[in-house]
Amino acid sequence: MRGIIGYGTYVPYYRLDRAKITAAMGAGGGRGHRAVAGYDEDTTTMGVEAARNALRSSGLTPSSIWFATANPAYLDKTNATAIQAALDLPQQTWAVDSGGSARSAEAAILGARGTSGISMAVISDLRTGNPTSNDESGGGDAAAAVLFGDEEDAPVIAYSLGLATSTGEFLDRYRLPGESASRIWEERFGEQAYIALAEDAIERALKEADIALEDVDKVVIAGLHSRAVRSLSKIAGDKLVDDLTGRIGNPGAAQLPLLVASALDNADPEEIILCVHLADGAYASVLRTTDAIADYIPFSTVESQIEKGSDSLDYNLYLTWRGFLDREPPRRPDPDRPGAPPAFRSEDWKYAFVGSRDRSSGAIHLPPMRVSMDGGAVDDMERIRMADTPATIATFTVDYLAFSLSPPTVAVVIDFDGGGRFQAEMTDVDPDEVKIGDRVEMTFRRLFTAQGIHNYFWKARPLAE
Amino acid sequence: MASHGIKDQVAIVGMGCTPFGEHWDKGADDMLVDAAHEAYASAGVEQDDIDAFWLGTMGSGVSGLTLSKPLQIDYKPVSRLENMCATGSEAFRNACYAVASGAYDVVMAIGVEKLKDSGYSGLTGSRPPSDGTDSSLTAPATFSLLAPAYAHKNGLDDETMKEVLTRIAWKNHKNGALNPRAQFRKEVAKETIAGSPLVAGPLGIFDCSGVSDGSAAAVIVRAEDAHRYTDKPLYVKALSFSSGPATGALDPSYDYTTFREVRASAEEAYKQAGIDDPRSQIAMAEVHDCFTPTELVLMEDLGFAEEGTAWKEALNGAFDLDGDLPVNPDGGLKSFGHPIGASGLRMLFECWLQLRGEAPPERQIDSDKTLGLTHNLGGQPGACVSFVSVVGSELG
Repeated sequence: MRGIIGYGTYVPYYRLDRAKITAAMGAGGGRGHRAVAGYDEDTTTMGVEAARNALRSSGLTPSSIWFATANPAYLDKTNATAIQAALDLPQQTWAVDSGGSARSAEAAILGARGTSGISMAVISDLRTGNPTSNDESGGGDAAAAVLFGDEEDAPVIAYSLGLATSTGEFLDRYRLPGESASRIWEERFGEQAYIALAEDAIERALKEADIALEDVDKVVIAGLHSRAVRSLSKIAGDKLVDDLTGRIGNPGAAQLPLLVASALDNADPEEIILCVHLADGAYASVLRTTDAIADYIPFSTVESQIEKGSDSLDYNLYLTWRGFLDREPPRRPDPDRPGAPPAFRSEDWKYAFVGSRDRSSGAIHLPPMRVSMDGGAVDDMERIRMADTPATIATFTVDYLAFSLSPPTVAVVIDFDGGGRFQAEMTDVDPDEVKIGDRVEMTFRRLFTAQGIHNYFWKARPLAE
Repeated sequence: MASHGIKDQVAIVGMGCTPFGEHWDKGADDMLVDAAHEAYASAGVEQDDIDAFWLGTMGSGVSGLTLSKPLQIDYKPVSRLENMCATGSEAFRNACYAVASGAYDVVMAIGVEKLKDSGYSGLTGSRPPSDGTDSSLTAPATFSLLAPAYAHKNGLDDETMKEVLTRIAWKNHKNGALNPRAQFRKEVAKETIAGSPLVAGPLGIFDCSGVSDGSAAAVIVRAEDAHRYTDKPLYVKALSFSSGPATGALDPSYDYTTFREVRASAEEAYKQAGIDDPRSQIAMAEVHDCFTPTELVLMEDLGFAEEGTAWKEALNGAFDLDGDLPVNPDGGLKSFGHPIGASGLRMLFECWLQLRGEAPPERQIDSDKTLGLTHNLGGQPGACVSFVSVVGSELG
């Protein structure tokens, strides 16, 4: 029996209080918050964080990665390769993208589910709309990863009893390549199209599962068409799983797996969960949890990540991060683009945060070195991945002059538990709050983009409690 | 295998130093001509008398042509050197060795930097293509790492630490005010220094050295020939250079309150010069005060203050112009300015003036000691190169 054997999620640190939009613009906004990816995050880095959480929760190693996003960091170039590299997975791992639409999430999920071996769907989205638009206030940024496998790979925690999909060609939302905001047709038009497609898919999925709607324990309904989602929600009654839009917004392609993960975070064995996704058609899956769900401890639950968010983000900073406001740059040269050959040579370091450990002295070198700093042994090193090791701040500074999309730059010298030191940039932190002795952990980020090259590397962030 | 030094084998017999500052009207070529010809005149030589040249510049030109073209040098050897902010000292060191080897009779070490044409704040430089994982911190940020670490280690609160750093900047501005060649020739009130806009960590604008243009040069001969050029030569007692393994950012035992490279180069220089108590034996020191916490830490690394006491000594004026051991009597990098390739030679220029009694009277140090020290640093805490020289007005 093939099914879900693990999952992980990522909700970024920042929240935008929608009232700040209204206060600044005299329009837009609303109540509650939306999740906002930091200036150094994109759908690839958020995908990495969700996947790390999935692998740390499950202890599994996937043989394929199916990445999906409606907001890819690169076109032409596969984005899943950076995820594969950041997870320190071997080159035998097959990493592919499906992208462009919110619906591509279904391709990643069904692709991973239908492939043999342990397969991971990673779905990430970063939603931007024009200032004052519903998409701006109602959108959100997040990622989720779902591991599929067979009983012999790991205990299956949930499996599908029935699945059905439907497809419709109509103009609901659409965006030309390069545009930052979607265009949306009149909502009432899309609503009628979606309801018909959804009713059809749900009916067939329940029939295949041989389950009556009344016997479903929870209903997840995801989709960017909020009017259709709201209308369809009536079928769920009090079984509807909170769609979290009030607290983090709607993370587009990532909403379906994020809400399923949220449901699984709180699920008991033998629960039946109807999962519906509205995106250019409808997807309906009837999931059943197993006894193994009781033993699955998420490394970080959706709820805990939502709770630890910071709503200190100002609207003007949000607009700057999203490219709507250009600030006066520092009187400093633009950063150099990374070179492809040097990045290729240091893939283990740059992407996987793998250093070298001297076999004789035990000294850990970050970045990896061939000659030991302790004793001078040459080429007697073993690889050591430090991405998941917590560290402590030895000293720090705040750089008001360095190039940054969001100055100032916080820099910390950190000592890892068990040895190893690194000077890192720090992120997701208030510069005034940094202290010697603070605990940190590593996170995969996009340092900057220069001449069309995203410079991915690791930063430190406050250690989650 | 051992390092032997070349104590009293070579001497400086002439020096030149342009004013440092924002020279919108001069290029590197012009400053090289000015510094070289001032040094020729000082030594009483013609350009044709110089047998070989060592040019230090970090980014104002490549190859010996950077010097031979503006000076119209006729087919003589010109070496072009770079060793980050210690570039000027590196030119001097190699020139001295060439004379000591007997290869040449008369040589020139000259350094230059034209920084103010870039249009950027602070220092910039081009690096080879990289994997993008190198630190992007600016120079003030890397040196500002010293401040919280030093304060933490020695139990100083933030206010006291700021007061110490401010006192160092105030002192160097006060000295620079007496120096007509300095970039900044005004005393600056402590409140102004302490209240200046932050650049990195606790460091404000006034904690940073001046970004400037300038050039400085020295004419070097064998010690036994020195009196043919001047009655008051400056003998080279020690030259040391230390390039570290750059493991500060990798090695948890490094605590960001010291420069190991400086300690190594100071120990070597004192050995060559026969110095066992620098604080009492040296008349003056020019040190690499690129940022105020650098000068603070250097006082301990160079052995001018006991461990953990430099902050107290700085506060009580031990390193003032009229203090126990005057440090940066010409204003230092802080006030004289820091045109990279020229700075090491500029430091020697102040020793040249002070030890020969030729500094302007208002800043001439009244001392019966005959030794001066220069210290020049390149890089950042935990990953740097360090140079120390000792020069003296008497043989032996």
